[in-house]
Amino acid sequence: MSADILLEVENLGFHIDGKQLLHNVSFSLQRGEITTVIGPNGAGKSTLVKVITGLLPASSGEVKLAPRLTFGYVPQRLHMDASLPIKVSRFLSLSDCSKSAYKQALALFDVSHLYNQLMHRLSGGELQRVLLARAVARKPDVLVLDEPLQGVDVNGQSELYRLIASLRDELDCAIFMVSHDLHLVMAQTDKVLCLNQHVCCQGQPESVSQHPEYLRLFGKSVAEEFAVYTHHHDHHHNIHGDAVSCDKGCDHA
Amino acid sequence: MPDFLLYSLLVGIAIAIVAGPLGSFTVWRKMAYFGDTLAHSALIGVALGLFLSINVALTIVFTCILIAVLLVYLEHRNSLSTDTLLGVISHGSLALGLVCVSLYSSQRVNLFAYLFGDLLTVTLSEVITIYLVVALMLGAICWLWKPLLMITVDQSLAKVEGRRVTLLRLSLMMMVALVIALAMKIVGVMLITALLIIPAATSRRLTSSPEAMALVASVIGVISVILGLGASYWFDIPAGPAVVLAALASFLLTLPVQSRY
Repeated sequence: MSADILLEVENLGFHIDGKQLLHNVSFSLQRGEITTVIGPNGAGKSTLVKVITGLLPASSGEVKLAPRLTFGYVPQRLHMDASLPIKVSRFLSLSDCSKSAYKQALALFDVSHLYNQLMHRLSGGELQRVLLARAVARKPDVLVLDEPLQGVDVNGQSELYRLIASLRDELDCAIFMVSHDLHLVMAQTDKVLCLNQHVCCQGQPESVSQHPEYLRLFGKSVAEEFAVYTHHHDHHHNIHGDAVSCDKGCDHA
Repeated sequence: MPDFLLYSLLVGIAIAIVAGPLGSFTVWRKMAYFGDTLAHSALIGVALGLFLSINVALTIVFTCILIAVLLVYLEHRNSLSTDTLLGVISHGSLALGLVCVSLYSSQRVNLFAYLFGDLLTVTLSEVITIYLVVALMLGAICWLWKPLLMITVDQSLAKVEGRRVTLLRLSLMMMVALVIALAMKIVGVMLITALLIIPAATSRRLTSSPEAMALVASVIGVISVILGLGASYWFDIPAGPAVVLAALASFLLTLPVQSRY
């Protein structure tokens, strides 16, 4: 593996109970690059996330990891019972990183005020940001996000997405993300992986959005609507969804 | 105070202390039914001990741990949902245990004592053994506290972060199995899970951190054991139900407390 490649997947296959969920998947993740997986329901997106993070064993092929690789992982949801009284601060301290690291990460996602809140009292969007902060505090080499914008209101989404995009440089890590939101994906990603059990096509967003397989999968009208969508608003929304005027140093396209 | 009452009090208190954190995990991980299954299978242990004529306590511990391992294994390959699986094993082993033990009725095995607990059966050497085992378990719980908490918060997150999830789950289940085997003498097969669940459920409303919840559950458990065994002695009622009723009273008393957590 070359120095910048953190993770390499070769001819990966996964089947369970005789049902083939992934076959012949090959791609690699590089430091400083955002790779987004898109695909219809049942395409195997979450399965792919579980296989590369080691939660599920590959049935065939292999996942090669750079030595001493650390993952930061944001699951789709937390399987935690409300009977467990645990504050955000304690939840964060369960990962092996310093107090200053996770306080910094909370500030980064603008959720420092939730420090003493109980986990089960958080809203969907707040929980998502706390999970992101926890993953980031670990200073991971590969940040794996499974639907990171779930429960985040529409206005907060693009802000959060831009924040995620900025992490790539800040942490100098690879980001591997599953997303449903085609127009956000197309705007901020370095590489798109179009998955439907196998990799239909992969590459830069511009080239993927022209690819016949992609057009077939998402339908021509959807594909055209979302093809490398760029914004032309006179304001944008901060992380809480409040409108912010663009002349305050807004770098939104 | 007669010796036998002192001994069962000492044993009961030790078990209540370790049941605090383990009961909290049972509640957090929704393992109540799992506890029932282990408790019911303990009766097979009794039968096994009688059949092989070796120490019944040993065969109970052995059977409980075996069932715990079996359950961890079966959970991995679940075509049936876990609660169905537990239902099958739980009632299957209860029935098997009851039939086997009753075959020994000629030897005047007190089935009632196994089902609902008996104050009279605790000896000094058992007190010492149980204190040693409980001390070891408390040590293990403290040592594994953080990783156990992490797999309880989220198993996949814990695994991606490098925790050895299967091993941790197995050790937690074996500890629950052990406390059930120990508590059997005092509380009996039918009501052991209550001693794990009720103090933890009561404690939940009063605390805002996992550590506090475990600690307060231990305290509530100890108070329930003292009140219950006392009542059992003075009013000549079975020990297990008396302890559980005391715990239930604490649960009901705190019901008006509106949880702020």
